[in-house]
Amino acid sequence: MNGDPRDGRIVIVGASLAGLRAAETLRDEGFAGSLTLIGDEAQPPYDRPPLSKQVLLGRVSAGDTGLPRRRPVDAHWRLGVRATGLDPLGKRVLLADGTEEPYDRLLIATGTRARPWPNPEEAALEGVFTLRTSGDAAGLAARLDAGPRRVLVIGAGFTGSEIASGCIERGLAVTVAERGPAPLVGALGGTLGALAAKLQRAHGVDLRCGVTVTALEGDRAGRLIGARFSDGTRIDADVAVVALGAVRNTEWVAESGIAAGPRGVTCDAGCRAFDMYGIVTDDVFAAGDVARFPHPLFEYQLLSLEHWGNAVAQAEVAAHNMVNPGPRRRPHLTVPAFWSSQFGLNIKSVGVPTFSDQVVIAQGSLKELRLVAVYGYRGRVTAAVSVNQAKSLEYYQRLIETAAPFPPAPGAADQGESPAPVPSDVPDPKVLSHGPTVALTGHLPDRRLTLVQPGR
Amino acid sequence: MAADPETLIERITDYASRPDPYPLYAELREHGVARQQNGSYLVGTYHEITALLHDPRISSDRRNRTEPDEAGDEEQGIPPSFIGLDDPEHHRLRSLAMRSFGPPHNPGRIDALHGEITRIVQDLLAQLRTRDRIDLVDEFAYPLPVTVICRLLGVPTEDEPTFRGWSDTIVSGLDPARGADPTERQRAAADARRAMGIYLGELAASRRGNPGADMLSAFATDPGPDHGGFNQIEIMTTAVLLLIAGHETTVNLITNGMLTLLRHPEALERLRDEPALMPRAVEELLRYEPPVQMLPQRTPLADIEINGVTVPRGAPLILVLASGSRDPRRFPEPDRFDPGREDNQHLGFGGGVHSCFGAPLARLETQAALTALIQHLDAPRLVEDPPPYRRSPVLRGPRHLLIDHDRAGG
Ligand SMILES: Cc1cc2nc3c(=O)[nH]c(=O)nc-3n(C[C@H](O)[C@H](O)[C@H](O)COP(=O)(O)OP(=O)(O)OC[C@H]3O[C@@H](n4cnc5c(N)ncnc54)[C@H](O)[C@@H]3O)c2cc1C
Ligand code: HEM
Repeated sequence: MNGDPRDGRIVIVGASLAGLRAAETLRDEGFAGSLTLIGDEAQPPYDRPPLSKQVLLGRVSAGDTGLPRRRPVDAHWRLGVRATGLDPLGKRVLLADGTEEPYDRLLIATGTRARPWPNPEEAALEGVFTLRTSGDAAGLAARLDAGPRRVLVIGAGFTGSEIASGCIERGLAVTVAERGPAPLVGALGGTLGALAAKLQRAHGVDLRCGVTVTALEGDRAGRLIGARFSDGTRIDADVAVVALGAVRNTEWVAESGIAAGPRGVTCDAGCRAFDMYGIVTDDVFAAGDVARFPHPLFEYQLLSLEHWGNAVAQAEVAAHNMVNPGPRRRPHLTVPAFWSSQFGLNIKSVGVPTFSDQVVIAQGSLKELRLVAVYGYRGRVTAAVSVNQAKSLEYYQRLIETAAPFPPAPGAADQGESPAPVPSDVPDPKVLSHGPTVALTGHLPDRRLTLVQPGR
Repeated sequence: MAADPETLIERITDYASRPDPYPLYAELREHGVARQQNGSYLVGTYHEITALLHDPRISSDRRNRTEPDEAGDEEQGIPPSFIGLDDPEHHRLRSLAMRSFGPPHNPGRIDALHGEITRIVQDLLAQLRTRDRIDLVDEFAYPLPVTVICRLLGVPTEDEPTFRGWSDTIVSGLDPARGADPTERQRAAADARRAMGIYLGELAASRRGNPGADMLSAFATDPGPDHGGFNQIEIMTTAVLLLIAGHETTVNLITNGMLTLLRHPEALERLRDEPALMPRAVEELLRYEPPVQMLPQRTPLADIEINGVTVPRGAPLILVLASGSRDPRRFPEPDRFDPGREDNQHLGFGGGVHSCFGAPLARLETQAALTALIQHLDAPRLVEDPPPYRRSPVLRGPRHLLIDHDRAGG
C-alpha cells in the first residue's frame, strides 16, 4: 500500500448490504480515492429480510425493498457483472466480461446464494423455487397470488418457516418437510423447536419432521405435481420452495490462495482475510455473510453468520480498517443478533444459541407464547432468545458480553413456574434439511476447506 | 456543608435545589450507588441505570417493598395502573392500551394528530401575540398537551379544573422524600386517584352505547385479543395513567425547552435558521433538562449487586434518570446544551419494558410547540431567571415562565 490509506483504489465485490454499508463508511471516514462496486445482480442494493415476510404476503412488492442510502458514495458501479477470479499478486479482480479491476485494497462481500435442490432436473420443474433474490421473491409471490392448491416447503429453518407462515396467512395449504426433529431446532435447540412445531401445526401446517423429500414429481409439461417422502408417503403439490440454507459465494476466489471454502472467507477480528497458510493479508478484507471470523465470546472459534445486523456491523469495521493504519484499527466484536417473524411470533436472538449445553426459560412461559430462553455453555450465559418479548433481550446481551454465570440469577417478576435448566438439545447440523444460519467452525483457516469445491 | 452521601435524597428533594439539581447529581455519580438514611438506594450513573431498567429482577410494583407504603392503596384507592405493575400483567395491559394508540393496530393515530396539534398551537399563539408579557406555562405549555390528551381520550375539556386538582394531588404523592406528613399526602393522592378513576370510568361506560373515535370509547368497546379486553377497574386505572402522563410531563418539556433556548440564544438562532434540527434539539432537551428526573418506584425482587453494593430485596431503589443523562462516561461534555448532539441515547423516556408509552406524541407536541414559539415570538426575553419551580422533584419544571416579547404589529 502506498502512502495515505485515505487515497488509492478500493474495489468491493458484492454490491448488497455489506458492500453498500462498507462503501458508505469508507466515504464517511474520509476515503477520497476511487471506489468501485462490482455486483452480479443487475439492480442496485436491496434488502432481503422482507422477501420472506412482507413481499410474500403481497404487502410490499419485490421491487420495492431497495436499501435506504445513508449518504452518497461517489462510486463506480459495475452491476450485472460477475467477478470470476482474483489475482492477489497482480492486485486485480477478473470479471466475467473479460475486463479486470485493479485495486490497492479489496473487500470481499459476496454473501451467499440459496442452496439448490440437488437434482437439477427436478429443480428445473415449473413451480420449484428457491428464495434469495428479489427476482426469486417476485416469482414466488406471483405464483402464490395465483392460488396454488398446496405449497411444499422443504427445510424448516428460519427462511422455510417464514415462507410457511406467509403461505398460511394467505390461506394456502402448506406442507413442511424437515429432516431434523422440529422446525428451527438447528438454530434454537429442542425447547423452542418443540414450540415451533406445536405452533406450526396449530396454524394448520402439515408438518412432517424426521423425513426427507426423496423426489419432486413433474407432469409431461414439466410442471411440478407432487413430492415423495422417505417414509413412503406422497403429496400433491404445485409449488415447492427449497429452503435448504445457503451456499457461500467463494468459488471466485478459490484458486487465489485466499483461505476460502464452503464455510466462507476466513478473516481475523479486523476483517483482514487469511491466506491458505493462515497468514493474514493486509489488502484483502471480508465482511457479511461470506466472512468467517473469530469471536472472543465464543472461545475465538470462527463464526459464520447469516445475519443482517452482522453484515452491517462487520462492513463498518472492515471499511474503517481499510482506511486506517494499524493502531487505529478496530476489532469486530459485536454480539451476533437476528430476528424473525412467523406465525404471529416475533423471535429475537442474541449470542449463539447453538453454542450451549443447557437452556432455561428465564422469563415468561411457553404456554403464554411470550418468553425469554437463556442458553448456557459450561456455566456461563452464551445466548438468549425472546419470543414476543424483544425488549427484555438487552439485559441478557449484557450477561453474554460479561460471560455472566449460567443459569442467570433468579428473581425476574415474570419468571416461569419451573425455571430449571434442561439440555439445550442442539442437534448436529448434519441431521437437518437446511444449513444453519449460525455456525461455529473451529479455530483454523483450514487448508483442506479450499480443496472442497461445492457445486462443481 | 458536610457532603454526606446518605442525605442526597433529602438535599435533592429540598425545594431550594429545584432550579439546579445538577451539582447534586454530579455528587451522586461519584458515589456510584448511594444508600440513604431512610433505607432507599439512589443510582445516578448511566450504564448502571440502563442495566437496571432492563433487569427483570427490578420490580415497578411498590407492593414488593419490604416496608409497605403508609397509605395502603388497597383499601382506599384503586389498584396500580400498568406503570406500577410487572410483566406479565404490565404487558397485557400496556398492549391492550396500545391497541387504540399505536402500531400494529392503530399505526396512524399519532400522525393523524399532527394537523390538530398545529391548529391548537396556532390558536394558543394567536392569544399570546396580543400581549407583551406572557406566562408560557399557563397560557401555552400546559393547555397544549392537556387539550391534546383530552381529545385523544375523549374527555371534555370543560372538566379540566376538576381533574387538574386531582392531578396535582396525585403528583405530590410521588415525592420520594417524605416530608411533613407523608401519610396524609399519600392518602390524599390515593383518594384523588380513585375520584379521577371513577370519573373516567363513568365517561368510558357512557360511550358503550355510542362509541366515538376516542380512546375511552375503544377501551370500553374493544373486545381485545384472546385474553379479553379491559375490565372496568382496568379502564379506570389506565385512563388515569394516561391523563396524568399526558398532563404533567410534556408541559415541562416545552417549558424547560423554551427556558433553555432563552438561556442559549445562539442555539435559538440556529434553530430559527435550521428548523430541520428541531427533532434533534428536542432529544437534547430530554437529556439536558428532562421532565422526569427520576423513577422513584423501583424495588429489587432479589438481593442485587450494583457496582459492588448489594441492594437488598424489597428496598426502595431510585433511578435518577436526569443524572444518568449527564454522565460524562456516556456523553462527552454532558453539561453543554448541544442541539445538534449525535449519538444521544438519553434516559428521558426511561428504558426497558416501561419505556414511555406516549413518547411519539410527546415528541410531536414539543417539536411543534417549540418550532412555532421561536418562529412567532419576536425578541423573547426571560423576565426572571431562575423562574419559580413546581414542587415536585420527580416531575420537575417551572410553575410559571414569564416571557416578554415584542408584540405583533408593534
Ligand atoms: C429471504 C431472506 C430472509 C432473511 N431474513 C433475515 C432476518 O429476518 N434477519 C436477519 O438477521 N437476516 C435475515 N436474512 C439474512 C440477511 O439478508 C443477510 O445476512 C444479508 O443479506 C447479508 O448481506 P451480504 O451483503 O453479506 O450478502 P448478500 O446479501 O448475499 O449479498 C452478496 C451480493 O454479492 C453478489 N455476488 C455474489 N458473488 C458475486 C460475484 N462473484 N461477483 C459479483 N457479485 C457477486 C450477490 O449476488 C449479492 O448481490 C435473510 C435473508 C434472506 C435471503
Ligand atoms: C415529554 C413528555 C414525557 C416524558 C419525559 C415522559 C417520560 C416517561 C418516562 C421516563 C417513563 C418511564 C416510567 C417508568 O419506567 O417507571 C414513562 C412512562 C410512561 N409514559 Fe411517558 N413521558 C412523557 C409523555 C407522555 C405522554 C404524552 C403520555 C401519554 C399519552 C405518556 C404515557 C406514559 C405511560 C402510559 C407510561 C408507562 C409505560 C409503562 O409502564 O409501560 N407519557 N414516561
